[in-house]
Amino acid sequence: MAFLELKEVEKAFFSKETLTEAIKDISFSLEKGEFISIIGPSGCGKSTLLSLISGLILPTSGTIELDGIEIKRPTPETGYMLQQDYLFPWLSIEENITLGLKTMGKLTGETKTSALHLLEKMGLGDKAKHFPGELSGGMRQRVALVRMLSTDPKLLLLDEPFSALDYQTKLKLEDLVFSTIKEHKKTAILVTHDIGEAIAMSDRVILLNDRPGKIQRVFHIPSELKDLLPFEARNHATFNKWFQEVWKELESLER
Amino acid sequence: MNDKNKELHQNYVKKLTREKRLIRLTQLSILIFFFVMWEVATARQWLDPLLFSSPSRVWDLFLTRIQDGSLFTHTSVTLFETILGFILGTVIGTVVAGILWWSPFLSKVLDPYLVILNSMPKVALGPILIVGLGPGFTSIVAMGALISVVITIIVVYNAFRGVDGNYLKVINSFGATKRQSFFSVILPASYPTIISTLKVNVGLAWVGVIVGEFLVSKQGLGYMIVYGFQVFNFTMVMLSLIIIAILATCMYQLVELLERKLIHKHSN
Ligand SMILES: Nc1ncnc2c1ncn2[C@@H]1O[C@H](COP(=O)(O)OP(=O)(O)O)[C@@H](O)[C@H]1O
Ligand SMILES: [Mg+2]
Repeated sequence: MAFLELKEVEKAFFSKETLTEAIKDISFSLEKGEFISIIGPSGCGKSTLLSLISGLILPTSGTIELDGIEIKRPTPETGYMLQQDYLFPWLSIEENITLGLKTMGKLTGETKTSALHLLEKMGLGDKAKHFPGELSGGMRQRVALVRMLSTDPKLLLLDEPFSALDYQTKLKLEDLVFSTIKEHKKTAILVTHDIGEAIAMSDRVILLNDRPGKIQRVFHIPSELKDLLPFEARNHATFNKWFQEVWKELESLER
Repeated sequence: MNDKNKELHQNYVKKLTREKRLIRLTQLSILIFFFVMWEVATARQWLDPLLFSSPSRVWDLFLTRIQDGSLFTHTSVTLFETILGFILGTVIGTVVAGILWWSPFLSKVLDPYLVILNSMPKVALGPILIVGLGPGFTSIVAMGALISVVITIIVVYNAFRGVDGNYLKVINSFGATKRQSFFSVILPASYPTIISTLKVNVGLAWVGVIVGEFLVSKQGLGYMIVYGFQVFNFTMVMLSLIIIAILATCMYQLVELLERKLIHKHSN
């Protein structure tokens, strides 16, 4: 049985004047430890898909199952990292990273120490008492990552986590996130609009087309690329060929 | 080079201190000038001392009233009523705003009533309060609270609703209950707005209480004003006004102190 299974998932948004079909006919499954990316034109429903999987919103039809159980509300099994860091400006970094633990009633000396340890590993050990306003964009994103990981979720949902960062920071963070996820044997879904990032980081790339978003094509990244660190993968001989292939498909959508 | 910059910095700091001192000095001069002019103008009959009193008369009255203890009674009564009205107005307003946030249905139902109550001049309800709650302490406190409660509800409720929904997403993704999202996100994110309503409410509570004392006419600084006016003792009116000005300023300063405590200077 698959770890995560989506069956003909469909989501429409209603308002008084409008009806927006965000995504339609989405079916795919994910094994434990897999890392997939979702790419597609902006507005094609990528964030909506992650919100559905997180349980924050419910599909209008179809089912999403995690470990065989239908997702009806947010579960501790899933960690969600939004498009921007959304650290709470009124809380210190330490309070921010323990927010999830506190909310779930799991804040103990032990879990707090492990969250702080994780912060240390992200190179931010000295920032625990600081406030988000004092940190750079890259640092804040790392804090948001620690906040998500602190509750030890099995499935990670990452919504364009690097899109607001400068290129150098982004490349470094890709490697950091990739190795952290592999080390903790997490399953992950990454939404991005960066084709290179999708290929460099994941085992599979799902391309969505737009309005309403449907699966256009799935690319299976070969093991010679997917086992490498993202930065090394970007320099691998076959990287460019894959890039071209995905690029062409995405181009054909925008026409 | 380094030494030169150090010197420049020192000069800069000196300039700032000098400027600050100049401002303080000018402010003080204006105050002294005002009181001196007041004294001189009434002493020389440029202004009618019967109507405008004079600083020396106010001071004399201050001393006699302190000695017979009546000033302390009036001041403490008014201060207590004001603080109570202020706290009640703010707390009740914030709690009701929280309830409206909790129940969108209720907030939609109550919306037109809030608009009506808000546009109503609250002091006009004074006589009804006195009839309902009796001519005394309770009515006056109720007036102090009533005058600020509706605007507090409206402003704080709008702040609650204006909180970026993505902060809620963050906490909800951890499975937060509605209660947790209120106390971990909605309330702290609205502290700046709540503090600024506190500042407004300080002023409003004074208005409510003084008007209440005008109407009830038993004791307090508001009573001293009305009484002084009726018996043509303007020295008493002036004394009350000066005490009110000093106390209201102190309360405002306290709220600013609270603001610095509550809102961390690093949060942007
Ligand atoms: N809460 C919502 N209410 C109404 N429409 C929405 C909502 N969220 C998303 N949409 C619409 O659904 C579509 C997909 O949005 P989104 O998932 O954010 O796209 P993406 O993340 O791929 O850019 C867009 O047309 C957007 O306007
Ligand atoms: Mg998006």
